[in-house]
Amino acid sequence: MAATEPLLTLRGVTKSYDGWSKALDDVSLSVARGEFVSIIGSSGAGKSTLLRCVNRLIDPTMGTVTFDGEDVTCVRGRKLRQARRRIAMVFQHYNLVYRATAIENVLQGRLGYKSAPAGMLGLFSEEEKRRAFEILDQVGLADFAYTRADQLSGGQKQRVGIARALVQDPLLMLADEPIASLDPRSSRTVMEHLRWAADELGVACLVNLHQVDYAREFSDRIVALKEGRLVFDGAPESLDADAIADIYGADPEAPDQAVRPAAASCAPEGVAA
Amino acid sequence: MTERALNPASRLSSLRPRSSRRRGGYDGSFFRRRMAAVACAALACAALGALSGTYVGFDFAQAAFEVPGGFAWMLAQFVPTAASLEKLGSILPALGSTVLASVASSCTAAVLAYACAVLGSRTAGVGGPVAPIVRAIASLFRNIPVVAWAFILLFSFKQSEFTGFFALFLTSFGYLTRCFLESIDEMSAGPVEALRAVGASYGQIVAQAVVPLSITSVVSWVLYMIETNIRDATLIGILTGTGIGFVFDIYYKSFRYDVAGLVILCIIAVVVACELASNHVRRQII
Repeated sequence: MAATEPLLTLRGVTKSYDGWSKALDDVSLSVARGEFVSIIGSSGAGKSTLLRCVNRLIDPTMGTVTFDGEDVTCVRGRKLRQARRRIAMVFQHYNLVYRATAIENVLQGRLGYKSAPAGMLGLFSEEEKRRAFEILDQVGLADFAYTRADQLSGGQKQRVGIARALVQDPLLMLADEPIASLDPRSSRTVMEHLRWAADELGVACLVNLHQVDYAREFSDRIVALKEGRLVFDGAPESLDADAIADIYGADPEAPDQAVRPAAASCAPEGVAA
Repeated sequence: MTERALNPASRLSSLRPRSSRRRGGYDGSFFRRRMAAVACAALACAALGALSGTYVGFDFAQAAFEVPGGFAWMLAQFVPTAASLEKLGSILPALGSTVLASVASSCTAAVLAYACAVLGSRTAGVGGPVAPIVRAIASLFRNIPVVAWAFILLFSFKQSEFTGFFALFLTSFGYLTRCFLESIDEMSAGPVEALRAVGASYGQIVAQAVVPLSITSVVSWVLYMIETNIRDATLIGILTGTGIGFVFDIYYKSFRYDVAGLVILCIIAVVVACELASNHVRRQII
């Protein structure tokens, strides 16, 4: 496990849901430790499928996924759980247990480390609880630790989601359109927390985004998917108007909307809804 | 909307003025056609009622004439008297045993139904053939009426408390499994996915996400089931010779209509009390 070796490597990952059409088509990609990579592309381009192939919520049809020096393409049971606990995930719809409090939701991030009975009964150690509070404080929600998750605003819910992800001590954080359901201000806060996780905690981030301007501002690298294929992989500066037009298709409206900040903050919500 | 309004209009062209071809313009005939459709539907219903009434020999006019008389007779016969209150001592224990049998059958069924629903759920289940099997079993038990179950079980278990309990248990199990399946599928897809991504085991996912998310609707359904079962248990009691149904049957068949009326009043009181109590509990847990 040399430090120079990439944290995550996808080789020729292909996913077909129905046997003939391909949601992902021969995608190869690597992510270094602590690197912030955004994935852009229109709806249905395979962004969510790609993220879920990494932590095996979806099994790729072909190709290999190597995480932290280990091939996780076919691991099962205990091995799979061990891989998953170092790969955190943040969701568009937060996916919190709404009847539980913020701190309980954060502590659920530790379940991968617990024995089955301890996890079922929610018996967490003092150290884990202290750590969960510390992270909740770091995302600015210390005052809301005992608030039920359904009482929180969208941006706060997403920050609980990030806290739940960080309490896993992840090496990699997958974020599936983390800001698609949020207003512009909350979106910025959430993106700043993700960036902070990459810079300060050294957690590599792989983030699906609809907002090209956010991708440009926060990423170290941008990759683009179009109809399941990787069509762009480079620095944010090299993503010019032509590249965007290519990624989002020939429709002159689409790239324009995606670039203009005012439109960008509301257009994806329409797409997501 | 305009297009939907215009398309059926082609068949009713006599009602449509020439100008209505213009899209988006005012079309007065649209409302007239709506009224005509409502009137036609009402006429069709009346005709259907008359037709089926004639077929089974049911005379609406005569029924309307006889119903008040029937109610008057019922009121005169079934009103409890002071003498019937003496029988309260034999009514209340039977009522108690019926209520307890309903609660017991609902709760036992709920525990089993919940286990089956979790395993057979699409989002939180174990997958494979379990989901269709659980659905098939649930629908089998649910679609056979509780009275039919009681008749079938009478052969095996004779007239006993257990037969009634078992009949209620089987239908409750089918019904609750179905309800639980839907509540679980509806509310836990996201959190289940999140906990799988965390690396949680199946037991942990069920205990930490599925149960907390579905528990309120589960409690709500069980309370509803208890209410329904108290009503059904009365009927089952008549068949199995147990509980309040049997007491009612005895007095009814021995022409003590005043006591039978008292039994009915007691059942109504218990059902209403149960409903009020469960409404209160529902408000508290949500």
